[in-house]
Amino acid sequence: MTQATTPVIADQANAAAKGHPKAQPFPLSVSAAIVWLSLMFLVAVIGPSLMPYAFTAIDLKARLAIPFTSLHWLGTDELGRDVFSRLVISIRISLLVSFVATIISATFGTILGFLAAHYRGWVEQTVLILADFQASIPFLIFALAVLAFFGNTLTLFILLMGIYGWERYARIARGLAIAANSQGYAAAVRQLGASPNRIYLSHILPNTASTLIVSMTLVFPEIILLESGLSFLGLGVQPPMTSLGNMVGYGREYLTRAPWILLAPATTIVLTTLSVSMLGDWLRDRLDPTLK
Amino acid sequence: MTDFKHVSFALLAVDQVRKRYFARAGFLSTPKPVDAVVDVSFTVARGETLGIVGESGCGKSTTGRLALGLETPDGGNVRFDGEPLPQQGSPAWRAMRRRIQLVFQDPLAALDRRLPVTAQIRESLDIHAIGEPKARDERVLSLLTSVGLTKDHASRYPHELSGGQRQRVVIARALATGPDLLVCDEPVAALDVSIQAQVVNLLMDLQAELGLAMIFISHDLKVVRQVSHRVAVMYLGTIVEEADADVIFKDPRHPYTQALVASSPTPRQKMKAPLLLTGEPPDPAARPSGCPFHPRCPKVIDMCRTVTPTARQITPHHSLACHLTEPAMLEAMAP
Amino acid sequence: MIRFILSRLARAALTIFFVMTFSFIVLRLSGDPALIIMSPDAPPEAIIAFRKAWGLDDPIWLQYFHYFGAVLQGELGRSMRDGRSALVIVGERIPATLLLMIPALIVKVGIGIPAGVYAALHRNSRIDRLVMSFAVFGFTVPSFVLALVLVLVFSVGLGWLPTSGADSWRHAILPVLTLGIGGAAVLARFTRSAMLEILGQPYIRTASAKGLTWSAVVRGHALPNAAIPTITVLGFMVGSLLAGAVVVESVFAWPGVGRLLVVSVSNRDLSVVQVILLLVASTMVCANFAVDLAYGLFDPRIRQAPRGAGR
Repeated sequence: MTQATTPVIADQANAAAKGHPKAQPFPLSVSAAIVWLSLMFLVAVIGPSLMPYAFTAIDLKARLAIPFTSLHWLGTDELGRDVFSRLVISIRISLLVSFVATIISATFGTILGFLAAHYRGWVEQTVLILADFQASIPFLIFALAVLAFFGNTLTLFILLMGIYGWERYARIARGLAIAANSQGYAAAVRQLGASPNRIYLSHILPNTASTLIVSMTLVFPEIILLESGLSFLGLGVQPPMTSLGNMVGYGREYLTRAPWILLAPATTIVLTTLSVSMLGDWLRDRLDPTLK
Repeated sequence: MTDFKHVSFALLAVDQVRKRYFARAGFLSTPKPVDAVVDVSFTVARGETLGIVGESGCGKSTTGRLALGLETPDGGNVRFDGEPLPQQGSPAWRAMRRRIQLVFQDPLAALDRRLPVTAQIRESLDIHAIGEPKARDERVLSLLTSVGLTKDHASRYPHELSGGQRQRVVIARALATGPDLLVCDEPVAALDVSIQAQVVNLLMDLQAELGLAMIFISHDLKVVRQVSHRVAVMYLGTIVEEADADVIFKDPRHPYTQALVASSPTPRQKMKAPLLLTGEPPDPAARPSGCPFHPRCPKVIDMCRTVTPTARQITPHHSLACHLTEPAMLEAMAP
Repeated sequence: MIRFILSRLARAALTIFFVMTFSFIVLRLSGDPALIIMSPDAPPEAIIAFRKAWGLDDPIWLQYFHYFGAVLQGELGRSMRDGRSALVIVGERIPATLLLMIPALIVKVGIGIPAGVYAALHRNSRIDRLVMSFAVFGFTVPSFVLALVLVLVFSVGLGWLPTSGADSWRHAILPVLTLGIGGAAVLARFTRSAMLEILGQPYIRTASAKGLTWSAVVRGHALPNAAIPTITVLGFMVGSLLAGAVVVESVFAWPGVGRLLVVSVSNRDLSVVQVILLLVASTMVCANFAVDLAYGLFDPRIRQAPRGAGR
């Protein structure tokens, strides 16, 4: 599949800024995205210490309390648990899972891509066939099959999410490494007598890093969506842990009576994926002119 | 045949090397063999420049890579300073890189865009642990000066320099380890004509100063003539003629060399009528039988189509691979 | 041309082979297949017979062969829940899923592609920005959120449509809408960027400089060329016909393959999961094969070009 995506939101914001001779350093939408993401990050890191209640604390006398009217900022759910506190913990867990999974997937994919480019031959063919294989099964199905066969612990779940998207990094890393190796700076440095370690770590990796990071910003929101989808179905993060998808899943029963239970996490999911996507589009715009 | 007179002094001795590539046309079709280099032999003595000329696809770049040890020949061998080249990729091979260096055609591609040029020159020294780390920066500066650049250029990035300056950086990097042999693969092809002369002169000066041996690969005869002591002319992977530079240009014997020389004007000499070559440019994947040049040769005779000529010494310094100059032929053709 | 078809066929076969191997490995790794595929309270004689029939006491490579033979004959085990053949159970659900996915596909293509093309042709206009804002949905709003919002608005709020279940055609509207809108957004974005890339090519300028009207240029040059990458995405969507509705079917309690998968995963009903996995992979592989063939038809370069390394 082509990776020809055009800047979506940044395009619009830049269109507004077009009259100015100097490009604005941060379009408004990207600034908003950065603000939101910083907030999420902050919540994930220090949030638990700001929680007014323990996220599992059940208070049957205060079930389904309405937000802003009671002691609970975002209301309570069917067991009287504070929605705000649960939201905080959910943000932390969802971001943790998605972030770690993105890193795992990027590292794994890049290493395989470099191996394929370096050794060529059957190593390369194997990696490419595996990549094709991965791309030809919808990941949700693949994940569900693995979860069925192996059960579900948090570690296993994160590792599973960490497989998502590796083939994209592998293809990019392989392509860039081959180009560098055959005619470019990597061939030159090898010719100088550099060891493969030096070539990959000091030269190829830094040069491919920016492209890989842009890919990470594209994959990260997809992992968030994947994780929340699985958790929504009850097959992702298991209780007593809670994630954004979980909360939406629990809140579904009370859609009519207490919509805030699911609206808070749902809004968080949408705003977070939106912010990362905008950031990614903008980054890719910035990096593209100087790349090749 | 190799010129045995030079062998004992030869820094680099290439003996009957062959290199074959396989071009895959499709997933299920059999790969087609392409003979890039066929039975090529030559030597390079210390302090001497050997020019290799020919059209694109004649195998001169591959020959350069084989000489450097960047490719392993399928047949024949390459000896550097009396020793065979080490296995490619081994630590011994990497250590040997100090002594043989390559100057590329495209200096922008050969440099890492993210690092300032001084770091890239210094890397040569770091890899081979030459001198004290503290003294290396000094050495980098003196290298820059020797190729005609200044301290200001040192901290710049490759894309901030001009083409000629970049090539100088590549040369400086190549010279950092004090090599004995420099292989230049079309080093000036990507540069403006006015800059070409500067870089070529630089190379010649450096050679005189450092006693470097050079292999200068190019399709541009004017440049090769200026820089080389001896010239080898390649066609479809074989050397068809090899002689001192002046001899090649004043008295070429092989029809292909004659055509090349005739098409390249020299100042103060009347242009002879150019020998027009007929036929299509050669396809390395479909080698003609007999002499590889016979489909385009204006002087072709029957024998050329079936028997491949081998290189013979017609004088101690001049070797030639052509049926037309064999004594038996000359007699047969004499009126 | 034959060579091209054969090579693509070989590749498709190889992928399916891989999926079956994956299924075999994972099945073996997750416990004793006899206990898993037959229900745990099957009588011991049945288990012994099963082990014999499946050759579970044979060396592993022999088991591998037997597994392939079994799969190709349709012997895929029985559901743990009711003991019926897993293949039959899955097969029963396919029509229900197709009932959602096919109309959804029509919605996706019918809205997504024209929207994307129009947006590309009128770049930076208000319509373009509208389409792009809409397209954002495709990759930021999870399908279950969209589904629940639609339910909130149309079922709970307006009372026009039922919340869940599959009793009448009206029950199908919200699921189809959810799937369709999400897919249309993705397709719109993709089509727009493919068109933009084509429109920026020099030959488009040449064509209009030749004197062709703009619509002729678009119809004759831009659209056919933009069709090529679009086919890939369409192929993916067709390949996901069985698998793409997992979440939506669960939200709307629609009795299709997706919902079956979720339930089977929760119950660890492995034979059913296995069947669905193989089925989905086969569908995807067939769709990809069709896409490859279509590529070969549309783009002569693909037929000639060496296959080289990877796509």
